[in-house]
Amino acid sequence: MKELSSTREAYGKTLLALGRENPDIVVLDADLSKSTMTQFFAKGFPQRFFDCGIAEQNMVGIAAGLASSGKIAFASTFAVFATARCYDQLRMCVAQPHLNVKVVATHGGITVGEDGLSHQSIEDLALSCALPGFAVIVPADAVETTQVIRAAAATPGPFYVRLGRPKVPRVLSHDYRFVLGKAATLRQGFDATIVAIGIMVSRALEAAESLSQQGIDCRVLNMSTVKPLDVEAIVQAAADTGAVVTAEEHLEHGGLGARVAQVVARHQAVPMAFVALKDAFASSGTSEELLQRYGLTSAEIEKAVMSAVSRKKR
Amino acid sequence: MYNLPREVILTTADQQRTPASDPSTSGATASAEARSSVDTGESPSKNLERIARTLRRHIISMTATAGSGHPGGSLSAVEIITCLFFQVLRCRASDPEWVERDRFILSKGHAAPLLYAALAETGYLPVGELCTLREMNSRLQGHPDKTCTPGVEMTCGSLGQGLSFGIGVALAARLNSLDYRVYVLLGDGECDEGQVWEATMSAAHFRIDNLVAIIDHNKLQIDGWNREVMNLEPFPDKWHAFGWHVVEVNGHDILQLLAAFGEAKQMKGRPTAIIAHTIKGKGVSFMENNVDFHGKAPTPEEADRALKELA
Repeated sequence: MKELSSTREAYGKTLLALGRENPDIVVLDADLSKSTMTQFFAKGFPQRFFDCGIAEQNMVGIAAGLASSGKIAFASTFAVFATARCYDQLRMCVAQPHLNVKVVATHGGITVGEDGLSHQSIEDLALSCALPGFAVIVPADAVETTQVIRAAAATPGPFYVRLGRPKVPRVLSHDYRFVLGKAATLRQGFDATIVAIGIMVSRALEAAESLSQQGIDCRVLNMSTVKPLDVEAIVQAAADTGAVVTAEEHLEHGGLGARVAQVVARHQAVPMAFVALKDAFASSGTSEELLQRYGLTSAEIEKAVMSAVSRKKR
Repeated sequence: MYNLPREVILTTADQQRTPASDPSTSGATASAEARSSVDTGESPSKNLERIARTLRRHIISMTATAGSGHPGGSLSAVEIITCLFFQVLRCRASDPEWVERDRFILSKGHAAPLLYAALAETGYLPVGELCTLREMNSRLQGHPDKTCTPGVEMTCGSLGQGLSFGIGVALAARLNSLDYRVYVLLGDGECDEGQVWEATMSAAHFRIDNLVAIIDHNKLQIDGWNREVMNLEPFPDKWHAFGWHVVEVNGHDILQLLAAFGEAKQMKGRPTAIIAHTIKGKGVSFMENNVDFHGKAPTPEEADRALKELA
């Protein structure tokens, strides 16, 4: 069993450290600080923490006002509320004036689990990627989360960072270095490429391991920066391997797969397959039950790879 | 497209503007036209009334030239903006990003013609640029754009968002140990938006006292009277119940407005709402209380009639 790590906890601890280092860091939450883990910062720096209550639109507006006055504003709530609930506020107050607001959303995807569809964010990447000027990042584990949060604080402009509820297997070593806009090659291979984000990265590595025993060597890319996309890495992978599969805990439309497909179609057309949620809401259940039910498994990634590889031109 | 003669659009301000006086004094530098009235011994409120008339003429000329825009809700807030830009605000037209400036945030973004007219008459923009309102490549976008217009604090036009933004700006003053004040102008119809009340609740909760909301209460919104479209009453009681200090004034009375702004400055520990009772289309007989001019520009003939009334 691989070591498990909490991306939320990594976020909360990193915020606290950033708070000590930089007096311009401010944090806002919408009555979920115990879940988003902004509670650490709240206890450490109560003067710089603003609990806005259950009012996400107001929270985003206040964050924008603080950012326009020189602050680096982190605003957190669940992913479903951090995007859809306050989309126009993100559009008008944050994206258009390109303000220094870092929306760090937890409980992304269906692995929220038992709370069901109202709390499962399946379209947040499509929404955030459609905001001009936003950087959109989905860290794969706690090691990467810490570095992503630091990069967001250090880089001017709006960010959307999606974290999950459950602990995830650690997939990156401690000497891993996150670079904004760059994919990380976690496994080299020349028969097909699996481009994955978030919880699907560990599943992509499992699928690649299994496929290698069947004689198919997969390259695995951790595409944590969903926007701006690492076009170079995708084009290189398509050219080198001739087949590309994407894997994400998000709707098939408008997420990682759609964005990667656009790059592949434009620069290096090869067969593709997509492991993602289909056009429907999910139900209640445990995280693992839901991932099985909706096909977000290493077995599905394997099938997708076989499909894409079978369509390669001989 | 109605092209006004250039001399109608250019007031005396462009030709006669002199360098800004001591910028630490309250109120931006008024145009030469405005100052000359001070020199002639007019009372300060008469002076501001003259400026208000100039702003009204700009609103008519700008929207008529553009062939679109929102004259009604611009005209209703003229005295509010006049008091702020020519008396109350601590700001420097020569340094729009001056860190200690008072902030004015237009939440009812459709009153852009009024804001641009005030920014021009205080020296943030050339008065001659006003005739480019809503044109391709103009800095004067249909609704204000923070990224392209000096003096515009917030991109707006989607209603209900300015007060939240203003709270963030006001909280930053506290964190940065600065003593600037934040003024947010809202429309009354805008208060249909739920976010306004999220903001209202939180401003009182955070005990923000460097924040003033001014509500241009002209009682009209696009589909008709407030009371018919979405009843706001009891409107002052609502602000009071949300923890605000509330002042009701005649929003066209300069002295009442200045007194209200002064009263707001004295309030400690809570924000102030100035509910300014106004008349939509104020100053132009056929526009007053006529909701048709919410989002419709005057025709060339109407503009001529309006400018004669405002002569």
